[in-house]
Amino acid sequence: MTDNEIKSLVVGELKKLAPEVDAGQIDPTIDLREQIDLDSMDLLNLMIAIHEATGVEIPEADYPRMATLNGCVAYLRTRIETK
Amino acid sequence: MPALGADMEVGTVLQWLVKPGDAVKHGDIVAVVDTEKATIEVEVFEAGVIRNILVQEGEKVPVGTVLAMIGAEGELAAPAAEVKPKPVAAAVPIEEKPKPAGLPPPAPAAPAAMRPCVTAGAEKQPPPKAAPAVSHRLRVSPLAMRIAADLGIDVSRVKGTGPEGAITKADVERAAKAAAAPRAKPAAVEAAAPAAEAPKAAVSRPALSGEERKAAMRKAIAAAMARSKREIPHYYLGTQIDMSRAMAWLQAENLTRPVTGRLLYSVLLLKAVALAVREIPEMNGFWIDGAFKPSEAVHVGVAISLRQGGLIAPAIHDVEKRRLDEIMVNLYDLVKRVRAGVLRSSEIADATITVTSLGDQGVETVFGIIYPPQVALVGFGKITERPWASNGMVGAKPVIMGTLAADHRTSDGHRGGLFLAAIARLLQEPEKLDGQ
Repeated sequence: MTDNEIKSLVVGELKKLAPEVDAGQIDPTIDLREQIDLDSMDLLNLMIAIHEATGVEIPEADYPRMATLNGCVAYLRTRIETK
Repeated sequence: MPALGADMEVGTVLQWLVKPGDAVKHGDIVAVVDTEKATIEVEVFEAGVIRNILVQEGEKVPVGTVLAMIGAEGELAAPAAEVKPKPVAAAVPIEEKPKPAGLPPPAPAAPAAMRPCVTAGAEKQPPPKAAPAVSHRLRVSPLAMRIAADLGIDVSRVKGTGPEGAITKADVERAAKAAAAPRAKPAAVEAAAPAAEAPKAAVSRPALSGEERKAAMRKAIAAAMARSKREIPHYYLGTQIDMSRAMAWLQAENLTRPVTGRLLYSVLLLKAVALAVREIPEMNGFWIDGAFKPSEAVHVGVAISLRQGGLIAPAIHDVEKRRLDEIMVNLYDLVKRVRAGVLRSSEIADATITVTSLGDQGVETVFGIIYPPQVALVGFGKITERPWASNGMVGAKPVIMGTLAADHRTSDGHRGGLFLAAIARLLQEPEKLDGQ
């Protein structure tokens, strides 16, 4: 997957969780949970959706690396490459 | 019309999923009702056979109105066979006295073997005793009466064809047709005949729009909370709870689980509250008619916020008996359905205590408002790392503030304090929370 594909995957899932969010307005360097008000259940749903789309199993300990949109892309790129 | 929460006064039947003659059992979903807060699937609490449907699709009725009658299984044969070829209205019980138009019709009196189904609010307005049959009295079914009022038909001029000359819905409709042949029938009458013969594709009245529902929900929440603040003498307690063992246990547990099977720490909180209720039962139940009615079962209402604003606190049933996995599956399902706007009546109506966890984004302390007729609400803030002294040593620990808003009519601060202490203690042995 290219970075853009990963990004649109994550953004697509975020849109499902928070339909009112304007995807273009997401700042890729700011914490997603604060930015679009995700609770722990939303976060779990995001991880499940990413797992289903990519096959990557994300341990809880790695959640902090996925705090921002840029973080998600970087983390998933490495994980997908090393799969 | 069940009272689906203290803040609900009216509901609209969107759809019937059963028709007269259908057998139902405890827990079956028989109808879909729209309230200010959500679309609710109405369950029945009795087994039997649907005798008749008294509120048609699209009708908005107050809480406590009988929606349908359920008869005992065996009794289907005789009376149902009689009415089978006729429209539903013919089976409407006609025991009640005629009421002057303009007064709200009371709940119909149930013949001995028939029980009104889905009437959670009914205990507040017991149905009047059936009037002795008086032959010269005008006999009109409540449905016929209402339709007559809607159509501007004088029932005293309508010829009744029901049992003992009772005026049924069909009679009223016939009279209306005769009176104004070309006049278009209102939707409610359109939906008439054998009500749920085939499930209708379109519901006669659309559910509330997003904006309408939002405004209605704000109003409903305000009404319930104003009632709570007005009627319930709250007292508030709070205690800091060491979450290090609980979080360490959870982390280790989740390491062994695939992402789809992971637990959230809220599940530990819910279970701890439910188990603590066993020790301090006066936190669990309802204040009804000036007395506390404790509940055996522990149905924990979980406050779930909606993205567009507002919140709903549906219940997870029998939390004290469930394993953590089950509670997690329930919670997951509940949050999903709350956000999709579809809930079941029992989930909305029967929470015996509520837990609100404002999550890890927000604040440390919750000052809760009890959801009437419940008598206690437990609040949790976010988990924060704090200096924590124990055994003469200071260390950093994840700490959560647990608070209690409880009803002084049923308990005092001392018992409330023991309740919070029990929750804190139970959270120190997370592995034990999974059992019982």
